Amino acid sequence: MTDIGTGTLWTVIILLGLGSFGLRFVFTGLIGDRAMPPWLLRHLRYTAVAILPALVAPQVVWPAATDGVFDIPRAAAAVVTLGVGLVTRNVILAILSGAGTLYGLLYLMG
Amino acid sequence: MNITTRKNYYRQGIIASSPFILVVVPFAALFGVLATEAGLDLVETMAFSIVVIAGAAQFTALQLMQENAPTAIVLLSALAVNLRMAMYSASFTPYIGAAPLWQRALCAYLTIDQTYVVGISRFEAEPQMSVPQRVAFFLGAVTPIVPLWYIFTLVGALAGARIPESWALDFAIPIAFLAMIAPMFRTPAHLVAALVAVGVSLPAAILPYSLGLIVAGIAGMMAGAQTELWLERRGVAI
Repeated sequence: MTDIGTGTLWTVIILLGLGSFGLRFVFTGLIGDRAMPPWLLRHLRYTAVAILPALVAPQVVWPAATDGVFDIPRAAAAVVTLGVGLVTRNVILAILSGAGTLYGLLYLMG
Repeated sequence: MNITTRKNYYRQGIIASSPFILVVVPFAALFGVLATEAGLDLVETMAFSIVVIAGAAQFTALQLMQENAPTAIVLLSALAVNLRMAMYSASFTPYIGAAPLWQRALCAYLTIDQTYVVGISRFEAEPQMSVPQRVAFFLGAVTPIVPLWYIFTLVGALAGARIPESWALDFAIPIAFLAMIAPMFRTPAHLVAALVAVGVSLPAAILPYSLGLIVAGIAGMMAGAQTELWLERRGVAI
């Protein structure tokens, strides 16, 4: 590891900030209230239920905290959270069940 | 009347996103710690969190800069990690696209994984919400999250102490997201979209720059859309 140059750092901060804003604004900003084609809307309806599970799945199967080794407490916590969430539709209850499973199993297996 | 309902939606947004406080606080503190360890001063660390406001992309950029990667590579990698934000923007467009430009710009700046999922799940669950109500709700959802992102970056940078690994806070993120998306599975098409996205995300994890996430996300969205069409053709009401 070496020290990061101040010029490089500020270039990255500013350009990354502009770029990230651009990505976040590209559709709401440019399309606004113009109608989007039905096929596109049909795909967009599934953005959240596709992207977020895909974001989480590798972290569940290969957790960074265990250096990527499959971990029963974490996998069980994920299954319990999702299961309780699907059945009860209650976010807080799902989080508490998942956290309870994680800490319970970490304690029992630790 | 109008102001009252907007205030009401703003308050509901705050309540809906409050579980994510547990996720944002350690994540922001960790960035503060790592940035300080990488030699950034307080102003640089805070500017990073305030200007970029994207956890995973900030970690990526910091890591690559420490490895002396060329600036263009640092930027492209971190932006690839943030590519999902463009999909969030597209997904928000039918709901808040009619809001004034400055409000859309403000919402864009404040769009992160947590605020997106809180916003979109409510917009989908309550289609009759007006555009000002949606914006009020989203700004409410932002209120407990984004200021804490700034504040705990600062706390991490000042304290410099690591959070004990035994707290297993690494897993706060998967648990919070899973809890948040579970109520969104309203139709078989939603389920198919998620299953395909998960199925693709595991082998696609070998792709560089988090591009596997985008590939998996698009595959899941296509699967959801096709399932919806198929169900419609079979006359199943969605």
